[in-house]
Amino acid sequence: MGSESPAAPAASAETILQARQVTKRFGGLVAVRDINLDIPQGGIVSIIGPNGAGKTTFFNVVAGIIDPTAGTVAFKGTTLISRPRRVWLESVLWVVPALVVAIVALALGAGGAGDNGLLVTTILVAVALVVTLVVATIRPAWYTTFLSRLGVLRSARPNDVVSAGMGRTFQNIRLFQNMTALENILVGMHLQLRSNMVDHFAASRRQQREEAAAAERARELLRLVGLRGRDDELAKNLPYGDQRRLELARALGNRPALLLLDEPTAGMNPNETAQMTALIGRLRADLGLSVLLIEHDMRVVMGISDHILVMDHGELISEGTPEEVRRDPKVIEAYLGTGAS
Amino acid sequence: MSAQSAIPAPSQTNGPGMRAQVAAFSARHRSTSVLVGGSLVAVLLAFVVLVPPFSSFSPQNVWVDGFTNAGVYILLALGLNIVVGMSGLLDLGYAAFFAIGAYVYAFAASPFTGADLPFWPMLFVGAGMAAMFGIMLGAPTLRLRGDYLAIVTLGFGEIVPITILNLSDYTEGPNGIGGISPPSIGDVPFPTTGNPWPYYVTMVGLIIISMILIYRLQESRLGRSWMAIREDELAASANGINTVTTKLLAFALGASTAGLAGVFLAAKLQTVTPNLFRFDVSFTVLAMVVLGGMGNIWGVAIGAFIVYEIQNVVLKQLNLFFDNVQVPILSDINFIEYQYLLFGVALVAMMLLRPEGLFPSQRRKRELHTEEDAEFGELGDPMGAAPE
Repeated sequence: MGSESPAAPAASAETILQARQVTKRFGGLVAVRDINLDIPQGGIVSIIGPNGAGKTTFFNVVAGIIDPTAGTVAFKGTTLISRPRRVWLESVLWVVPALVVAIVALALGAGGAGDNGLLVTTILVAVALVVTLVVATIRPAWYTTFLSRLGVLRSARPNDVVSAGMGRTFQNIRLFQNMTALENILVGMHLQLRSNMVDHFAASRRQQREEAAAAERARELLRLVGLRGRDDELAKNLPYGDQRRLELARALGNRPALLLLDEPTAGMNPNETAQMTALIGRLRADLGLSVLLIEHDMRVVMGISDHILVMDHGELISEGTPEEVRRDPKVIEAYLGTGAS
Repeated sequence: MSAQSAIPAPSQTNGPGMRAQVAAFSARHRSTSVLVGGSLVAVLLAFVVLVPPFSSFSPQNVWVDGFTNAGVYILLALGLNIVVGMSGLLDLGYAAFFAIGAYVYAFAASPFTGADLPFWPMLFVGAGMAAMFGIMLGAPTLRLRGDYLAIVTLGFGEIVPITILNLSDYTEGPNGIGGISPPSIGDVPFPTTGNPWPYYVTMVGLIIISMILIYRLQESRLGRSWMAIREDELAASANGINTVTTKLLAFALGASTAGLAGVFLAAKLQTVTPNLFRFDVSFTVLAMVVLGGMGNIWGVAIGAFIVYEIQNVVLKQLNLFFDNVQVPILSDINFIEYQYLLFGVALVAMMLLRPEGLFPSQRRKRELHTEEDAEFGELGDPMGAAPE
């Protein structure tokens, strides 16, 4: 479960997330250094550490928001996150189809045809350029495969990470403030919905059925996190604790296999914290979710974690079961200062 | 929790008002209500001008012709509303797509190129070309936000007319392209003078169809994604929304509406010049969207109509009125010269008094009105969290 042997072949059948030597440098500051992490299927792994330890940076690397300086993150056996390589080559490649079109057109004698020939060539080149750019922005799967064959590697974007099967919440709640609770969850279910542009324009029955089913499931999710009947309330009008729970429900919308929770109890009172902790435990039991939890409050994680990593100044200082971590003098030192033990 | 949810119940039992009933009905049968509402407004407008105060200004034909021109701006405002109101991307160069639509039809049906393609399919081609340019503009600018995006789109809005102006060989430069064929049904072309009705009916049809389609987009999963991106882009992408394609679609669909308007304008004026698509068009349309109420489709359409009529009818009539009735200072003023001053004053007043626009969408109202915040502050928040 731990990362004692990072080079060992992964038991990917049961390891859902595998981070290897993840490093992130911001200029001279190493925010995260050589972090290895394995999350087993159905496990709850926590990262704790004092403020500024690099927990959230690591978390953002896993969620695809920032690219790592080194290292990789694999999810369900496929490498999602890695250091971008030869990205400059991609923008050079965008010009290639247009150039080919220009050369072919001129070779076919468009240059000899005077002004009209040049005009036609220009239009063809422009079309080629536009098509390439559109493909490049939409990034279909074959495009990425083609690029990786040429050695161009790009880290997954946040939405790719979500479609791979991770859901996340934010440390400072980022709900869609002016949308209702139900709409928030419907946005969270975006990838579950299949209606396309034709359905949108035709307001097809298929889309209506799908939307109705989605609303039904969104209500179920609201019930699951204890917000029954709050469908039509604006997210910003919900009490703080409910906003956190709504964000959790939204993250569940895309049926993730792994839930990334960034300080889910920050700013909560002890009572709400206990409820949230119980909820996370219940999610694992009921939905079979794996959870990566970030906290700086030791009490929260001790109860529910299978495995804990302790970070300080960007480095892993200790890891193990809650019991082991609790007794580790280095952890106590990081939290309370030298000599406190 | 249950006690809280019980509170609004009594107000509902008082019986929903007429207005609420209409709103509920129109939400359920959106397309029908837009169709019926739009046609009613169109018929009413055409006949209200026969009533004294209006009939004294100009004959019905002139009014209806003016309404058709206003319709072009309504289409533009509806399209810009997708980009600015629904997706929250500030686009200051919207007139560029208008120009592209117009020139596409000018190339397709004028003696200048010798081509004479029919109007109706060219509506789609013009919209498609404008959408393509929308994507072309969108693709490199999608990483920009707010002010930066506004500046880049402003630049694009200038590039297109200036390019048209300077490519004299292909566009006739400042003289523009003339002799564009009017639309025709079968072999009968639309009359270009005297009878404004065919253009008017076409315009009303275009507006109604656009409105229905835009409503459908707004209520789909795509509209929800636009809203989410407007609210919080990072959170939207963390919920699996591909922000790149979603924003590109907003640009493309907004641009295609402008393309439609452009094709129609070219066919109606039978001539296009780069001067028709200057920055002031982008600005006027943006002002229409803001004044009408960003995000509310009906509001934007009505806002566009009001602004256009003020600009082109009210100010002109004021001039005429004060030419006839001598009032010391007012008679010396050429009101049309002051239209942008009026815009400025109206916009500032709007931002101070009613920031959500004349006919706000429910959502914008909630965003911008302080009533709820006051209530929020009064009730207090158990965790002491700030409203924002």
